[in-house]
Amino acid sequence: MALSVDEAVPGPASDPTPHARRRTGGGSRARAVIEGGLLLLLAVAMLFPVLWMVETSIKDGRDVYAVPAQFIGFDATLDHYRDVFVKPGGGRSDLSVAFLNSVIVAGASTALATLLGVPAAWAYSRFTLKAKKDQLFFILSTRFMPPVVVVIPIFLMYRDLGLINTKLGLVLIYTAFNVPFTIWMMKGFIDEVPAEYEDAAMLDGYSRFQAFYKVTLPLLVPGIAATAVFALIFSWNEFVFAIFLTSSSDVRTAPPAIAGLIGGTTVDWGLVAASAVVFALPVLVFTYLVRKHLVAGVTLGAVRR
Amino acid sequence: MAGIEVSALHKRYPDGTVAVDRVDLSIGDGELFVMLGPSGCGKTTTLRAIAGLERQTSGDIHIGDTLLNDLEPAERDIAMVFQFYALYPHLRTRDNLAFPLRAEGLPAAEVRERVDEAARMMKLEKLLDRRPNRLSGGEQQRVALARALVRRPRAFLMDEPLTNLDAELRADMRTEIKHLQAELGTTMVYVTHDQVEAMSLGHRIAILNQGRVEQVGTPLEVYQRPASLFCAGFIGSPPMNLLEVEVADGALRAPGGLTLTPPPGLPRDRQLVAGVRPEALEVTQPGAEGAVPARIVSAEALGDEIIYVVDHGGERDVRVRMPPTVRFGEDAPVGLRHAGGTPPVYDTTTEELVA
Ligand SMILES: Nc1ncnc2c1ncn2[C@@H]1O[C@H](COP(=O)(O)OP(=O)(O)OP(=O)(O)O)[C@@H](O)[C@H]1O
Ligand SMILES: [Mg+2]
Repeated sequence: MALSVDEAVPGPASDPTPHARRRTGGGSRARAVIEGGLLLLLAVAMLFPVLWMVETSIKDGRDVYAVPAQFIGFDATLDHYRDVFVKPGGGRSDLSVAFLNSVIVAGASTALATLLGVPAAWAYSRFTLKAKKDQLFFILSTRFMPPVVVVIPIFLMYRDLGLINTKLGLVLIYTAFNVPFTIWMMKGFIDEVPAEYEDAAMLDGYSRFQAFYKVTLPLLVPGIAATAVFALIFSWNEFVFAIFLTSSSDVRTAPPAIAGLIGGTTVDWGLVAASAVVFALPVLVFTYLVRKHLVAGVTLGAVRR
Repeated sequence: MAGIEVSALHKRYPDGTVAVDRVDLSIGDGELFVMLGPSGCGKTTTLRAIAGLERQTSGDIHIGDTLLNDLEPAERDIAMVFQFYALYPHLRTRDNLAFPLRAEGLPAAEVRERVDEAARMMKLEKLLDRRPNRLSGGEQQRVALARALVRRPRAFLMDEPLTNLDAELRADMRTEIKHLQAELGTTMVYVTHDQVEAMSLGHRIAILNQGRVEQVGTPLEVYQRPASLFCAGFIGSPPMNLLEVEVADGALRAPGGLTLTPPPGLPRDRQLVAGVRPEALEVTQPGAEGAVPARIVSAEALGDEIIYVVDHGGERDVRVRMPPTVRFGEDAPVGLRHAGGTPPVYDTTTEELVA
């Protein structure tokens, strides 16, 4: 199955417009230089903060504050990374607990949103429902509110339900935010898969749900991967709910925990940078792993039929 | 194997579209039955209702003695081939063919045997390990057919299965399907809007129009005696010439003086139209015996025949099919005469065949 998914991915665009290639005069070289220069400028502007963050994370505390700033030639250290995971006196640090919480909360809410959202999207795509458009609009409208707007009512409700300061509470609220997104995105993907596949499967002796499960679902893997990555990134990065709805360090997720490092009299910037790097890595790796599926997901409509 | 009985089928989609108004069909066991009609006349809807993919608003569908109305598609034991083949893109040919057998839960050895047999029948042995996107249109079509027959269903439903093929391949596949059906002896309902396909394949043809059956008959019946003005205009290329006629002195007279032999039992006092096939008319030298004076308006030389558009002083110009050896120039004065037997005659108000 994995093979078929990869096959669905078009290779790198192999058709750089022939016209552009034919014009290989002196003018085009100057143009290439300018273009390259602009792109380089853009890359520096985009990547410098990241580089700075990575550098800071491996600098000694003293070097972080050095004036003029040192780009090279400082003594590299991994102390900050150790501090991210291990308490100064030994044992697990608060940050490492926060990272684990983030993994649990983001993973569980993404899985739940996918589990609920994909079948719902299938139903919206395949069946005639009363006021389908209105229902879909209503579902989308739950995403119109930025979290800040609803966080106080949610806080009050959660307090009454005893969900304040629980991982379950965060999982539920992130799922609630991700389900509409999943339904909308997946409905687009499912619409692209001809209903005839399921019709054929039903005539081949399968039930409606088996037809979905055996035929449509395998074709949706790229779409599901793309959707899940977006949901995961949302849950992983979410800050507002996390900081309002949790208070203790054993429940807190990484974003508020990292933010909590800043403040007080002295800020250990090395530790902040190291935890930021650790925080950014999983999403980067995950996105990298499913990048083909992301491309396939985005271009699914273009390659089918 | 069994016949299919469709009675008083009516289908209204939720948005109010009446796709099938009233359809009654009685399809014999082992028959290759063709449903023919223009786009949007409800062919696909009828077929999907038989398959169980669409629930009819009212009416009954039987296969053999089984009432199908409340059965799931999976329980109907019917196979269908779709216009765009609907081969499962993530499965190899082998698994596409095995798919319906696995639903039945057959043991692996038997699945393999049946798949190989179907592959041999449709000459797919070399393609068993390919995925659909590596198959040509014709090959996909054969896989789709093989998948339909591998299960040995009680009936085949085909929804315009050849539309996506080029002309040559289409003719080949037409022959192949006809052969296959004869060999298996399985009832087949074949939907098409291509009259050539219908005429060449069908044991019988049903002509549908706006959700109703206009005529059911053998290809020859349908061609020679279209049951309504719609059928008369739909079958044949070019279609029948429809001439307004009056009964006078024991003959049918059309404006312009053309005379036809009347069929027996013509009603009086009704506006009548006679349907005359282009090959039942003849362009002659001016003044030939029994010919009325006429003029060539235009000529289409098709190689094996010439279609002349002829003005004979009637309401409309008529089309005449002539062998390619007979040549007249445009605007040439000619004669026109009727050379066929008695034409079918229609009532202009009911639009139905009267004699
Ligand atoms: N799901 C649907 N909802 C509403 N109306 C529909 C639906 N499917 C088909 N129709 C309408 O029903 C009528 C008959 O459609 P059907 O697909 O049966 O025609 P057809 O004879 O198969 O035409 P074609 O030769 O173009 O395939 C058409 O007017 C069509 O627009
Ligand atoms: Mg159709």
